[in-house]
Amino acid sequence: MHWTAIIVFLLLFGGVTVMGFLAAHWRRGDLDQLNEWGLAGRRLGTIVIWFLLGGDIYTAYTFIAVPALVFGAGAIGFFALPYTIIVYPLVFLILPRMWSVAHKHNYITAGDFVEGRFGNKWLALAVAITGLVATMPYIALQLVGIQVVIGAMGIGTVGFIGDLPLIIAFVILAAFTYTSGLRAPAMIAIVKDTLIYITVFAMVIVIPIELGGYAKLFAMIPPEKLLLTPPTGTSLGQFSAYATLALGSAFALFLYPHTVTGVFSSSSRNVIRRNAAYLPAYSFLLGLLALTGFMALAVGVDKLPEFAPQFAQYKSNFAVPALILHSFPDWFAGVAFAAIAIGGLVPAAIMSIAASNLYTRNIYVKFFRPDCTPKEEAQNAKIISLVVKFGALVFIIFLPLQYAIQLQLLGGIWISQTIPSVIVGLYTRWFNPWALIVGWGAGLVSGTWMVASLGFQSAVFPLAIDGLTVPGYAALYALAINFAVSIVLTPLLNLVHMTRGTDETEATDYQFDQPVTETRAPAA
Amino acid sequence: MSDSSTSPRRGSKLWNLLLVIPFVALLWVPFYNSIEPTISGIPFFYWYQFLWVFITSGLIIVVHRKNGE
Repeated sequence: MHWTAIIVFLLLFGGVTVMGFLAAHWRRGDLDQLNEWGLAGRRLGTIVIWFLLGGDIYTAYTFIAVPALVFGAGAIGFFALPYTIIVYPLVFLILPRMWSVAHKHNYITAGDFVEGRFGNKWLALAVAITGLVATMPYIALQLVGIQVVIGAMGIGTVGFIGDLPLIIAFVILAAFTYTSGLRAPAMIAIVKDTLIYITVFAMVIVIPIELGGYAKLFAMIPPEKLLLTPPTGTSLGQFSAYATLALGSAFALFLYPHTVTGVFSSSSRNVIRRNAAYLPAYSFLLGLLALTGFMALAVGVDKLPEFAPQFAQYKSNFAVPALILHSFPDWFAGVAFAAIAIGGLVPAAIMSIAASNLYTRNIYVKFFRPDCTPKEEAQNAKIISLVVKFGALVFIIFLPLQYAIQLQLLGGIWISQTIPSVIVGLYTRWFNPWALIVGWGAGLVSGTWMVASLGFQSAVFPLAIDGLTVPGYAALYALAINFAVSIVLTPLLNLVHMTRGTDETEATDYQFDQPVTETRAPAA
Repeated sequence: MSDSSTSPRRGSKLWNLLLVIPFVALLWVPFYNSIEPTISGIPFFYWYQFLWVFITSGLIIVVHRKNGE
């Protein structure tokens, strides 16, 4: 038991809990409105959004899984860096359009937009269900991050007593999300990200010094892990996998409901644009963090006898916690573990809010209670956020961890299939909504089939084209099928006029901006 | 800056093309899958990609300025 670490951890965690409840009073709004509870009143400025989206995108699971992948598989795990770089030009170009149309029409979810744009509630349902299904395992994986650091502090995580710390953490999370809505994670994200920055910078400065410098560190890595496998005559090796994983993940990122929620809560288009330039600071951090996977490899943490039991339980996910325990005094390990655990709470809260927004807006109100009041709507969302988190908790406690990881893998592929409706929909409504539904289905089935054919172990599908194997991210291959089906079916289905639906948006809605900017009003 | 918030800015779209560069630089893996040249022992593969964090951020700032806030 690492008592010092546990005490520091509890102090930080406790402080953040208090903050979560106090957040209800921050920039006070009527929390009986979904707009206020679920989007913090759409009033968040550049700095808060920077922390919120940073806390949202770079989750506890990211901080555990990316170094773990580099630790286990080497250079390929580094794809997280190009992925989180090229995502920002996309954010800069595409998301202001999404923000504008959402602000103009009071859309709270991507499903709301799709319904307004295509006039088809079934397409909106498809988008909403995809978002829900992709988010659930993601929430569950945040718990894994929390579980691993609890295990690292020497608290057993086997049996009911072992699950207790996790249950307590989640009850706290559920309670403050219920009372404060999106304001809670927005406020906590500021603490969380500060702690994460401190931890990562400490790691990338202190550990290489202990190892004798970066040159020594890289020299200790086996050559086959240092670079990607180059193409041969019959296969493109890891090159195509690396590039397609980066590109596909970048497109998928802002389709995830929790990202959409963060974007919609911004106070203006410029908040998003500025953040596209400043959020890459987190990508730099993520790259550094990926390097800690190599540090764990160089130290050989998996061979240290004191970590043997935890490695048996958590496998390479234990690489970073082990490295922290090995390299730092106990009190700092407490700070680092609190950073990771709180790093799980923030995205888990946003994800559960996003999921309940989706369920409430695009399923419950639309299909079951079309005449419900705004207050009932918000109340329903609050309750659903509890259900969603409870589901994630049950998932982690009763099912093997492998299921959550595989589902999250599939989630990325599934969510990518909403690109034609959501992203392309921001630019054109050329597609027939029913064609989009069929294309979406074709993408889901083919993508799932590809991953199933790999035994649910990998999302990199070895596509064979004329004797050449092109290993690539299954999400993109499935998306190609999705697009093909949607394009072919659109002219055919357009023959039946009633399938078209009506568009409630206008071209100018996509450029809409707040009349008053949130910061720095022009001096003149 | 004064009138740019209301009128759609035609012609400024060309600046957006700058944002294509990071995609080419990072998605064409043969550009950077090598150890040499190293910078103080850090292989090219790693420092090159880190460098693009800053270049991309800089490009976005340039495009943002040129498009007008």
